[in-house]
Amino acid sequence: MIETELSRCVASFMAGATGVRGAAKLSGGASQETWRFDIVHPDGDVGAILRRSPKGYGAAPGRAAGLDNEATLMRLAHAAGVPSPEVLHVLSPENDLGTGFIMRRVEGETIARKILRDPQYAQARPRLARQLGGIAAGIHGISRAALPALREMSTTKEIAELAREYRSFDWPRPVFDLALRWLAQNDPGPSAEVSLVHGDFRNGNLIIGTDGVLAVLDWELAHLGDPMEDLGWICVNSWRFGEIDKPVGGFGPREELFAGYEAAGRKVDADRVKFWEVMGTLRWGVMCCGMMQRFRQGPDHSMERAMIGRRASETEIDLLRLLAPRGEG
Amino acid sequence: MQDEPTPTELVQAVADFLRHDIAPLISGHQAFKLRVGINALDLVVRQLTQATAADAAEYARLKRLLGQDGALIDLNRVLAEQIASGALDLATPGLKEHLWQTTLDKLAVDQPNYASYKREAGRGQDGA
Repeated sequence: MIETELSRCVASFMAGATGVRGAAKLSGGASQETWRFDIVHPDGDVGAILRRSPKGYGAAPGRAAGLDNEATLMRLAHAAGVPSPEVLHVLSPENDLGTGFIMRRVEGETIARKILRDPQYAQARPRLARQLGGIAAGIHGISRAALPALREMSTTKEIAELAREYRSFDWPRPVFDLALRWLAQNDPGPSAEVSLVHGDFRNGNLIIGTDGVLAVLDWELAHLGDPMEDLGWICVNSWRFGEIDKPVGGFGPREELFAGYEAAGRKVDADRVKFWEVMGTLRWGVMCCGMMQRFRQGPDHSMERAMIGRRASETEIDLLRLLAPRGEG
Repeated sequence: MQDEPTPTELVQAVADFLRHDIAPLISGHQAFKLRVGINALDLVVRQLTQATAADAAEYARLKRLLGQDGALIDLNRVLAEQIASGALDLATPGLKEHLWQTTLDKLAVDQPNYASYKREAGRGQDGA
């Protein structure tokens, strides 16, 4: 049934398109869905992805940048040479598909464990840490004048937000208190530069091909802030998927990420990156607790959410490894 | 007193049935969800078999560290507050060891295959 609306929609922005086929929902919560489909065209089918909030779910909650902003950012990233899917169309009310956008489908792998283990990515893997440094530099170099309105974050605001969220759960986690105390005492203060921050730049939000990064996905958490935040977040142990001695997404050492970043003409502040890695580890822990809350309060009463609540302890051991190590490595 | 079999034995039997007899018949997203469900049952079994001893040891450490008595959750609240206020920190004798032991005991139930846990559980107390 979604194919009826999609067929009308694609005809409105792609000359010669005659319809769509193979529409399948890839993922979706209550407020946001991702669909894959093929645009039927006399010159050959065009693989496409729809990212949308269904009708009645327009408002972007809390931290989300909003789907219209995501589309704008992806177009800016694409123009800046950041590997990014081409945005084909931003939905309008007459499309009757809700809010969101349609992008060209990029064929490759997004599942982090496959990228880290499958033989077809063996050649790409050692290059990824450095390549991701260059890509982060591209994102941070996008002119602020071109950006849509985004929330602005700082180290101090982020600490306060995490503390507030953690306290709202009313469940004592002494390791989180230790981390919050460390963050408050080591807060480096405002960043000299405020740039576009992707906000979820990590293994799992990348499309990887046999030659390297094909696309950066998921701009939902994009904001203005300290560019070092993205470099810290990609090093959070939760995104190493078991390859714990390779901090950059399980791909390689920080030095290579930094070298790629600096080769693109930007400066790394390693202390701020470390600070954001601690913050990011705590942030994922708080997010795991939040999933548990949503499971308990509904409407998404799923086993998966419940079990993610039992992953908060992973971030506790990682915080102890960062702040109270018992030995090397 | 409730009769046998124990909750541990019952949950374990259901988990084994789902793992060995049902999982091979299911594919796609339902197979993923089934795996999550089996993982949840396995976690429950680990908690039923390990938590009593771990909680008792945690409780004893907390009483020593804080110099007061109370329910386990309330002692944890006090510890959290004292760390937040700076009254206790990593220089406090026994605090670091307590946080590590408590966290290792949680991971042994929650996620015993997590790589950081396996690395740390393989270390001696001296960190070697």
